[in-house]
Amino acid sequence: MNVEYRGVWTLSEVRDGRIHPVSYELLAWGRDLADTLGVPLSAVLLGSGVTEQAPDLIVHGADQVYVVDDPSLGHFRADSFSKTLAELVNRHKPEIFIASATSTGRTVMPVVYADLATGLTADCTELGIDTKERLLLQTRPAIGGNVMADIKTPLSRPQMCTVRPRSKKPLPPDPSRTGRIIAEKAEPGALSSVMKLLEFLPEKNVGAPLQDAEVIVAGGKGMKKGANFALLEELAALLGGSVGASRTAVDLNWAPYSSQVGLSGKSVTPKLYIACGISGAVQHLAGMSASDTVIAVNSDPEAPIFRVADLAIVGDALEVIPALIGRLKS
Amino acid sequence: MRIGVLVKQVPATENVRIDEETGTMVREGVEAELNPLDLHAVEEAVRLKDRLGEGTEITVISMGPPQAQKAVRAAIAMGCDRGLLLSDRRFAGSDTLATARTLAAGVKKAGGFDILLSGERATDGETGQVGPAVGQVLGMSVLTFVSAVESAGKGSLVVRRAVEGGHERVEAPLPAMLSVVKEINTPRLCTLGGKIRAKKTEIPVLGADDLPLPAEHLGLPGSPTKVVKVSYPQITRSGKKVSAADSVDGAVEEILSVLRGRGIV
Repeated sequence: MNVEYRGVWTLSEVRDGRIHPVSYELLAWGRDLADTLGVPLSAVLLGSGVTEQAPDLIVHGADQVYVVDDPSLGHFRADSFSKTLAELVNRHKPEIFIASATSTGRTVMPVVYADLATGLTADCTELGIDTKERLLLQTRPAIGGNVMADIKTPLSRPQMCTVRPRSKKPLPPDPSRTGRIIAEKAEPGALSSVMKLLEFLPEKNVGAPLQDAEVIVAGGKGMKKGANFALLEELAALLGGSVGASRTAVDLNWAPYSSQVGLSGKSVTPKLYIACGISGAVQHLAGMSASDTVIAVNSDPEAPIFRVADLAIVGDALEVIPALIGRLKS
Repeated sequence: MRIGVLVKQVPATENVRIDEETGTMVREGVEAELNPLDLHAVEEAVRLKDRLGEGTEITVISMGPPQAQKAVRAAIAMGCDRGLLLSDRRFAGSDTLATARTLAAGVKKAGGFDILLSGERATDGETGQVGPAVGQVLGMSVLTFVSAVESAGKGSLVVRRAVEGGHERVEAPLPAMLSVVKEINTPRLCTLGGKIRAKKTEIPVLGADDLPLPAEHLGLPGSPTKVVKVSYPQITRSGKKVSAADSVDGAVEEILSVLRGRGIV
């Protein structure tokens, strides 16, 4: 056993120069793990001009923050971020290192773990500690949520995983918490990148990225034509949510691939999922059945989507949704 | 230009059924197929070859049981030139690290590539870790969630990456490992000629002894992660069913009461 590896680390995520809230979700997971193990919880923060935000991580549960604040880390790049993280891990030797299963986490962690030759478990929905063995217990869905696997990393360190966004609520901010903010340096070789970010093209889509959305209004074949997705956008805007789509709707070009929910699209866990004219093929259910609340509107009373619905409305989405929008507006 | 594509054979998801009693996926008797998300990697490789012209060769590599040569042939039928299957009982039980190391050894054995492609993830394991890990082991530029290859050649390439809230355009030097998302293209259907060529193409099979890898990197012993338990969660819930046939307003009222109850409005 690698007794020299000690402590729990979370990777903070910075978007547009600000710490993204998924970083606080990770700290809520990390706090549980660190308290069970009786070790400190550290947040790792990489970016340019981010040091002044480090106290936010303490307030949300971290005991200490390792900050690498360097102009070269202003934008995420797979190579410089992973080299810097690997250097920090080798220097401080945490026993557990977790990141969000966002595009950043799912890029940088596979590079770091391959570099360190340790274990990495993808897209966990539940984390715990096997106290007898002092091991991280990682639970993750596979085959579209039809199988749940419990996974351990018995010998290699750190035990690494990515965690599905929205799988845990952040701790309420506690301004009385105190902790250490530690400025770290990385080797120039680690900070250098061969990649050049040329441009960022923001999506015209309204609402939050699908995986961050609290409310998702999704449409399928029952919406009849692409133009009717405007109804879903209107409803989503009224509920502060984002628009999702079934594979059929994406294949018909009614919605972009970035909004596809299901086995070959995204897995989402919003507070509320409203399925409009989606029959609910198993591939679709795989991506949304873990939502807190599901409302389904479909004209087929036997539609499989109703199997996972808290409220099943048997009716035409093109009648029900406009009526709902009308009521919400009045 | 030398192009490689990593593919995986997975249980077919198109005709998956749910067991009415248990609410879980029926896997018995389900056929295997080429991972649907890998089709986009194969398609992009073939398009790159069309763009780059003469002297570009595509090799498709898979690791799996002997039957996985079917997935390799499916990729050749779409336009890949050569195939390679890594198959050995000693590979069994590989986690993503052991898989990545084995595939990386296979890539080296195949002579290396300027551009290596994979799907975003496989629809069974759903980790998305193997492609980037192979790229890292081989010291390539790792580009994930690639939604377009804008240009490639002269030692570098420009791609678009689909990330939260939009796309970024990134330039990176070759050799590069690209894991591609579904929106990058629409995979072609294979032609009869392609199928015949795929059938005739010999697929070399390499085992553990053929690869430059220490035994402790292989299979279960070479896998840092261990699956300790597998369970099959129920995905059914029993909700309230309301018909909108008589009254749309009544149905809307039901929806509003759920929205209020959950604090959405």
